[in-house]
Amino acid sequence: MTAEPILSVEGFSKQFELHEQGKIIPSSSNVNFDVYAGKLTALIGPTGAGKSSVLKGIFRTYLPSSGRIIYHAVNGHTLDLVQADDYQILDLRRQEIGFVTQFLHALPRQATEDVVAQPLFQRGVNRDQARQKARELLEQLNIPERLWSVPPATFSGGEKQRVNLARGLIAKPRLLLLDEPTASLDPATTDRVVEMIQAMKIEGTAMLAIFHHPDLVERLADNVVTLTPPLALDNKEVA
Amino acid sequence: MEKILEVRNLSKVFGKGCPNCFIKTGPDLDTNICPDCGSVVAIHDLSLDLYKGEILGIMGESGSGKSTVVKNLFFDQEPTSGRATFFDDDKQYDLFGLNAAQKRHLRNHRFGMVYQNPHLGLNFGISSGGNIAERLLMNDLRNYSEIRERARELLERTEVLTNRMDELPGNFSGGMQQRVQIAKALAINPPLLFLDEVTTGLDLSVQAKILDLILEIQQEMNTAMIVVTHDLGVVRLLAGRTIVMKYGRIIESGLTDQILEDPQHAYTQRLVASAL
Repeated sequence: MTAEPILSVEGFSKQFELHEQGKIIPSSSNVNFDVYAGKLTALIGPTGAGKSSVLKGIFRTYLPSSGRIIYHAVNGHTLDLVQADDYQILDLRRQEIGFVTQFLHALPRQATEDVVAQPLFQRGVNRDQARQKARELLEQLNIPERLWSVPPATFSGGEKQRVNLARGLIAKPRLLLLDEPTASLDPATTDRVVEMIQAMKIEGTAMLAIFHHPDLVERLADNVVTLTPPLALDNKEVA
Repeated sequence: MEKILEVRNLSKVFGKGCPNCFIKTGPDLDTNICPDCGSVVAIHDLSLDLYKGEILGIMGESGSGKSTVVKNLFFDQEPTSGRATFFDDDKQYDLFGLNAAQKRHLRNHRFGMVYQNPHLGLNFGISSGGNIAERLLMNDLRNYSEIRERARELLERTEVLTNRMDELPGNFSGGMQQRVQIAKALAINPPLLFLDEVTTGLDLSVQAKILDLILEIQQEMNTAMIVVTHDLGVVRLLAGRTIVMKYGRIIESGLTDQILEDPQHAYTQRLVASAL
């Protein structure tokens, strides 16, 4: 591949120091890979291999213990996300980097369409326009219209996951981190999600995703990175 | 990004103080009471920055000094030492060097405060609408119908029934009083708002409504806020960055999700692990 990566993870490690228990728990160790515009890099490996820790380390939900995470921002600047200050990270989260986590955290009692529109609200997009965009995405993801004005608290696991996905996609981030985005979806909805991810790739979004299902890796991944606890091993290209 | 507030080395001691106050207190010594002179070190050497439109959380247990921070910044209390600078467009104010009139000006025109106890923020002797009118009058709005219209708008915004705007706040439930207080604080569109345990003691559905309102205001008016709370859920939902205090010191600061999911300090780890 000749293109410059958007994101380069170099020697990333994460360990947790638990003071109460007096223990150090290693989570990811010496992880290396690149992520490119319009391509999807898949992180695979057994539970406990530190896949989510890598995503959270990039997003600063976890503080990386060592290594470098080089990000090439849209303005041409290059920065190491491990060293960047809180404001730089917050700004990237608002403008460039999206994260679809496994669990939906939302304000209680907030309508689903508003939950999805949040990233656009934060960018200062007009509320009606943002909601309109949210409804389009919810429709694409097969969330019935009668649920749009209801808070997602009582939704099924699969519905919550789609709300979370819609919220992650709505602002069209330049780099999207996905943590098992289809884990509790039925095959038809999974196909929808696959189509949407493919469409985003065509638009140039760089993606880093954790999938458990080999079939999804096959369908979506351009690169595969295999993590093993505690050491990262394989980094091969998928044909 | 524009800075709106810069606090440097803020300290506040209740009591006569002695040279050992700061040496013999703090999280490592597990006390904020000076063993030599009995003074209480509420805050020591606290520095923070706040940018326009940002919500900063200050988290800690009772007695950690978190409320004292905003009370010092809102001039309810006088600091023992330290500096705070408020940047207001092209002007800047050295907060602790101002005279009484200048402080009053900032409180009335540029700052808002919402207290845990509505009795501190509202005048219970006048109607809810009157409470808001009072603040509008200080800002040179003089026309009766304009004032009434603006008060009505604000109460609608905070979801207080406007046909009750002429009632005394004492007739209202705690959640309603809190919303009147927020409406009053917002009346002048302050660029800087302090929120001290605003949802503590309210029932959960009212809490959610108030948090939602605060977020909407922040997004629409780009108000910078300092949110003081012992409630992890409140910082998770509102604050982009969070400071954790213990015995008057900052023991940890960072992005809120990082503080909650990957806390570094033993105390924060215990605090987060204890949350329901």
